[in-house]
Amino acid sequence: MATIELRQVEKKFGQLHAVKPMDLTIHSGEFVVLLGPSGCGKTTTLRMISGLEAVTGGHIYLDGRDVTWLHPSERDIAFVFQFFALYPHMTVLDNIRFPLQAQRVPRDEAEKRVSEIVKMLQIEHLLHLRPGSLSGGDRQRVALARALVRRPAAFLMDEPLGALDADLRESMRAEIKRLHIANNATTVYVTHDQLEAMALGDRIVVMSAAEIQQVGNPAEVYYKPANLFVARFIGSPGMNLISGRYADGVVYLPGDNRYTVPESWRAPLAQALKDGEVIIGFRPESARITEDGALAARVYASDMHGAFNMIHLALGEESNIVNVRVDRWITYALDTPVRFDIDPEGVRFFDPRSEKALRRGGAQ
Amino acid sequence: MAKFEEVGPRSPITESTRVDLVHPRARLGVTIRAIVAIVIVAIMLFPVIWLSLTTIKTRPDSVAVPPKFIPYFPDGFLSDWCMVPQLNKDGTPKLDKEGQPVLKERPICFDVTLEGIVGLFFERRTLTPAQMKQYMDDPNLDWADRILLKRGLLITGPGEFVNRFRNSLIIAGTSTVLAVTFGLLAAYAFSRWDISGKKDFLFFILSTRMLPPVVVTIPIFLMYRQLGIYDTHIGMILLYTVFNLSLSVWLLKGFLDEIPREYEEAALVDGYSRLQAFRKVVLPQAATGIAATTVFCLIFAWNEYAFSLMLTSDIARTAPPSIASTQGAGGFEWAIIATASMLFLIPVVVITFALRQHLLRGVTFGAIRQ
Repeated sequence: MATIELRQVEKKFGQLHAVKPMDLTIHSGEFVVLLGPSGCGKTTTLRMISGLEAVTGGHIYLDGRDVTWLHPSERDIAFVFQFFALYPHMTVLDNIRFPLQAQRVPRDEAEKRVSEIVKMLQIEHLLHLRPGSLSGGDRQRVALARALVRRPAAFLMDEPLGALDADLRESMRAEIKRLHIANNATTVYVTHDQLEAMALGDRIVVMSAAEIQQVGNPAEVYYKPANLFVARFIGSPGMNLISGRYADGVVYLPGDNRYTVPESWRAPLAQALKDGEVIIGFRPESARITEDGALAARVYASDMHGAFNMIHLALGEESNIVNVRVDRWITYALDTPVRFDIDPEGVRFFDPRSEKALRRGGAQ
Repeated sequence: MAKFEEVGPRSPITESTRVDLVHPRARLGVTIRAIVAIVIVAIMLFPVIWLSLTTIKTRPDSVAVPPKFIPYFPDGFLSDWCMVPQLNKDGTPKLDKEGQPVLKERPICFDVTLEGIVGLFFERRTLTPAQMKQYMDDPNLDWADRILLKRGLLITGPGEFVNRFRNSLIIAGTSTVLAVTFGLLAAYAFSRWDISGKKDFLFFILSTRMLPPVVVTIPIFLMYRQLGIYDTHIGMILLYTVFNLSLSVWLLKGFLDEIPREYEEAALVDGYSRLQAFRKVVLPQAATGIAATTVFCLIFAWNEYAFSLMLTSDIARTAPPSIASTQGAGGFEWAIIATASMLFLIPVVVITFALRQHLLRGVTFGAIRQ
């Protein structure tokens, strides 16, 4: 298995940056997810790694070998496409065998590898069918088999579950995770579904506007977003963000609320904020509705999620909505005034001008 | 009578369970549609049937009024029905001097002759009655000679039609293969790459179709004479290839655009070169388009008349102008023209029939996504 390194890799279409110069190292055996909204450059990045798209700057290294200008067929990588791209004029068996024929693998060896993979993915009964007659999940399995049978240096997957139904997507997600663990193959996986990214990734690369916003493991990306984009994009719903003004250890929030900043944050805030403008952020599960809470709000709406209820609270005007997660048996009538607290460990601060998260020394 | 809605169909429904198909009213509609279809087919096929009947008629029979429809062989197939015994006024059969019954042909019957078919393949010369009598006794005559001798014609050598037909096969076949091959390569490039000025190129290619081809025959004639390719196979193949290219590029581009790029990309990352991916993945999926384009190009090159008339005289002359110019002694030999036309139909029919699977089936649809 291989290490993939991107050094100042960029892609320009005319004057427009599809991918701004980026650096990224994907370690051997790692499962890295490129996550971002559509048009953020994640698929272009993947296609540049595969060689299907030429870079307009920078270098790509595969195990230390510069592959920037190598033809896709010479890179020793496998690509799984969103719509599977199974050759419709070939049987499943021929589809799986196709990459081995290109590599001139001896027939016995090829037979052996195909039968191993086919057994692992449990698609023995499909071998003589055409892709057109398979269900979505089976097509996905065949596409994975075609990628796995080559034993490539790395796997690239472009939204492989995007074309599947919701319930199938979850079971295939688990299957992909197991395959990764069994083969320990370096994998780069593109998705716009943050749940998928959290579930699969060893590390997540959040991209937006042709740039990397944050690289980190799922917990880091979730609890310590590097900027406002990541805070909003990760989680459903995203992080609660309210603008306020900081002065002397207190953030003045809409609706005449005062939030007392935890001790460890005061120094960084005072240092970073020039005019006191700040955005305070917290996850819905980091807030707790209590009678003696520090912040006052009004119930704006409430949704039931099965395992819990999500209460939407308006701070002052109705444009400042925060989501708070409560136990499933707790309900409120609309417009009920309530008070809530924010867990001091779960609170984050952002500079509204740079949109970056503020950092404090030591453990964040 | 009980209503269909209450009692349902009289017999078990086996072919369809849709009420709108098995309701008596719908069944009547199906019957009407079938009748209309049969009438249309009859109208469409009539010229072909008439043509094939004409191939086996004598010259008087082929222009007879009222027209003759029923072929019979003398003393053979259908002759009992077509030859009606003549009766005397008292109702007894009329007999000739030798005691044989006198027979008269029904007006819609004609007896089968192969003179048109034989005449197509040989040069002929008209004989005087005296010469005819003389040749009749010649023991060296074969069956073809005898057929024409009945008409007072003598075979003087092989006819030109075989050569013309062969020319048509060579020129139409080669130019179709070339037009589809080049068209495929060009269409693939246009379909897959951002070529600068792509739209202009495509328009330019299409624009060659925008004026009637006949308009340019004189300039092409002059160019061909200068280049020394007047009345050559190469010249005609070149011309038909170029004329078909515009059609083939545009048609094939449409078909190739339908094939998702992902298939080739999958083949590329699977370790194949661009050309291998084209051959192993794109070509099989473009089969429908290639078949359709082949048929269209072939029909154009096969049927083309004006260029061949102007740009060939003998060596490379194709069948269409030569069919039109087939004349016998003192009038049109309709049987020969009909035979030539029937033969001329066969290759296109065969090719179209052989490719019908591909013409009807959309091979790529539903394979990449439902």
